[in-house]
Amino acid sequence: MSNTSLTISPGLPAASPAPSRVLARKALRHRGFMVGFLILLFVGLTALFAPLIAPYDPYKQDLLARLAPPVFLGGDWKHLLGTDALGRDYLSRLIYGARVSLLIGFTAALISAVIGTTLGVLGGYFGGKVDAVVMFIVSVRLALPATLVALAVVALFGGSLTVVVSVLGLLLWDRFAVVLRSATMQVRQMDYIAAAEVLGASLPRILFKDVLPNVMNQLIVIVTLEMAHAIILEAALSFLGLGVQPPTPSWGLMISEGKEMLLFESWLITIPGIALFILVFSINMLGDGIRDVTAPEGRN
Amino acid sequence: MTHTATPVLSIRNLTIDLPKGGDRPHAVSNLSLDIHEKEILCIVGESGSGKSITSFAAMGLLPKILKPSAGEILFEGRDVLKLSEAEHADLRGSRMGMIFQEPMSALNPCYTVGNQIEEVFEAHAQMSKAERRARTLALLKEVRLPDPERLYHAYPHQLSGGQRQRIVIAIALAMEPRLLIADEPTTALDVTTQAQILDMFKALKESRKAGILFVTHDFDVVAELADRVLVMQKGLVVEQGTAEQVLNNPSHPYTRMLIDAVPKRHGVKGNPDMSTPIALRVAGIEKTYSTARTMFKPARKVHAVKPTDFTVLEGQTLGIVGESGSGKTTLVRCLMGLVEPDEGSVWIGSSRLETTTAAGRRDFRKHIQIVFQDPYGALNPRRKIGDLLIEGAVNFGVPRSQAMEKARALLKIVRLEEDALDRYPAQFSGGQRQRISIARALMVEPKILIADEAVSALDVSVQKDVLKLLDDIRKAVGLTVIFITHDLRVAAEISDHILVMSKGEVVEYGTVDDVFGNPQHSYTRQLLAAMPGRGWEAPDMAAPGPADAAR
Repeated sequence: MSNTSLTISPGLPAASPAPSRVLARKALRHRGFMVGFLILLFVGLTALFAPLIAPYDPYKQDLLARLAPPVFLGGDWKHLLGTDALGRDYLSRLIYGARVSLLIGFTAALISAVIGTTLGVLGGYFGGKVDAVVMFIVSVRLALPATLVALAVVALFGGSLTVVVSVLGLLLWDRFAVVLRSATMQVRQMDYIAAAEVLGASLPRILFKDVLPNVMNQLIVIVTLEMAHAIILEAALSFLGLGVQPPTPSWGLMISEGKEMLLFESWLITIPGIALFILVFSINMLGDGIRDVTAPEGRN
Repeated sequence: MTHTATPVLSIRNLTIDLPKGGDRPHAVSNLSLDIHEKEILCIVGESGSGKSITSFAAMGLLPKILKPSAGEILFEGRDVLKLSEAEHADLRGSRMGMIFQEPMSALNPCYTVGNQIEEVFEAHAQMSKAERRARTLALLKEVRLPDPERLYHAYPHQLSGGQRQRIVIAIALAMEPRLLIADEPTTALDVTTQAQILDMFKALKESRKAGILFVTHDFDVVAELADRVLVMQKGLVVEQGTAEQVLNNPSHPYTRMLIDAVPKRHGVKGNPDMSTPIALRVAGIEKTYSTARTMFKPARKVHAVKPTDFTVLEGQTLGIVGESGSGKTTLVRCLMGLVEPDEGSVWIGSSRLETTTAAGRRDFRKHIQIVFQDPYGALNPRRKIGDLLIEGAVNFGVPRSQAMEKARALLKIVRLEEDALDRYPAQFSGGQRQRISIARALMVEPKILIADEAVSALDVSVQKDVLKLLDDIRKAVGLTVIFITHDLRVAAEISDHILVMSKGEVVEYGTVDDVFGNPQHSYTRQLLAAMPGRGWEAPDMAAPGPADAAR
């Protein structure tokens, strides 16, 4: 009952802590957020310091030590996670693969965020004809099957990292546009926008100082969702042979290369598969956590 | 107490705990009250006083995080707090009825009015379909709704706010309850509608022989309605007694402070000085909204503001009074250049405001500023107060450091500490935020300040503070103020001239004495007659408590 929640929230004490401080405290107490954050931090640091951590060069083949099993399946400590069909150290490839996944996920989400936020904020703020145009573009984008288009484009232009990132970035902005459009519409109604207008603020100033900070929560949540989405799509493209090309170590590619050995050396698939699962899971946990922490009930 | 019969509802030493981390340990502590048949007991208090919680507790509708820790609520000899959920549900709707503040959200938009009233009979009584229908129609007639047959099949969204509230009351009355609990039932309504609903409560008290617990923040409503009054502050009952006694001879300092904060009715205000030059002239401002024809609806044109002319003299205050839908907000938006008027012009001194170009609008905003109604929506929650305050000045080309200096000075004028500059809006109360809004508007040194319902959302004691502050500033810097309000008392208190609007039209304009003492238009008379508590004049408190004690 909305009635109840309104009447029982007594006025804030005069000296409540700053909103950023409150957010930080809530985030620290949120289990999902912390789990996601720590895993992502771990993967991120691993990717960043890959050359220092990885025991071997991920490209170096050792045909004498092909398909060595990982330690927990009876292998030796020389190759912790075993080696692949060309004798490359699997742990090193996994560590370098994290770089590819994170790079693609982050950059693609960033490109999408810029495109989608621009469209969504403009459509939501101006409404009317601008909004109609934005919604038309969004409808066109939604009518395109993302995976198929990505496949086609990568098939045409060849599968380099740049191509994959740009294609994903240009395809995944629809959710940004839709969510930020409605968020902006809400913010647009607030008196503080009218107040800024009345105080002579220019349009870009209102958009950057008053609109964007107030839709930031939604934006961050969508960034995490789309980052996970992009990582999965990259893995799918690479698995189909149309993403990152060998010998670049990519988790999707590793799964693809291992699929012939599925029955005999199943760890070739399960190890990168689990890595992929954990990464996407942690990003989603982080996104949910951010959504909970910044939920409107907790702030004014 | 003259009553000898057993009370309908009797609350004994009720204490309800607040969850840990609240600003006080108990939402309500040690509360006792009795309500008898044919009696209206008003609980008065400001926001956060625990008055609504008390009514929710009596209905068994307390949110789960609030636990009653001591005391009992006796209704017909049974302790409501010890009842099971099912027994409670049985009581609610049949033996006690509740009327909520917001009639739109209390009704289910998916069902017809008839359905929703009949539901009560279905839940609590064995009746044939025809009988239910007959009883429903009788109820609709009793709450004085026109054309019950038609309304029976209407949906809530097809009704006005007042009609909806009558439906909610009809639902509460369906099973002839012995106790009616009304939580601010007229706060969301216009004053003329409020008068009708209050009249109905008075009639019900006699016809239904029920006890009525009426929660409100408005002393005028109390004066209009109450037999007995209970004043609450921060979960404690500070004063309890007959209406006569509490309203005219309050003993507790808090009650005295609250009553003192009620705007006084002035005898004669005298004619305002007419010799000062004209500050603002509005000539023929007009605005219509039209919706285009769609496949399902014909095109529609709404005249939000019909051609309007008025002038405001320098250093004076013009009160614009009107009910919802009267066009006063559209008028303000036109004055601010937030909405482009279809026709007409606005003049400040001898220069005409250019509303068609962005540069022109920007220019005249140096001259007119506004304070909005909602203290929570008017400040961007993501920016610090200092940043918010200097916004206007920086936009108009004042260097940052100089603007900061000025912001500091203005904070002092609106009586806030200097360290407020580094805090966020969420760290301030409603009244403080409204003062920040005023400071922000003053930063660009406007000639004219528009206050759009600037005190409507505030508690009465805070309202008094803010009104006084506005008046002080007006006198100190020679500001011209346009004060938009629906509250006639506030308008009379602060204004020199009053302009009454109805349905987009100015129906009356004159000095306060003229409009209140000798209204010409029938609508003005209707408004004045609808003011609650007309028979009561707030007594002058010889030694009022410190007005700031509450905040």
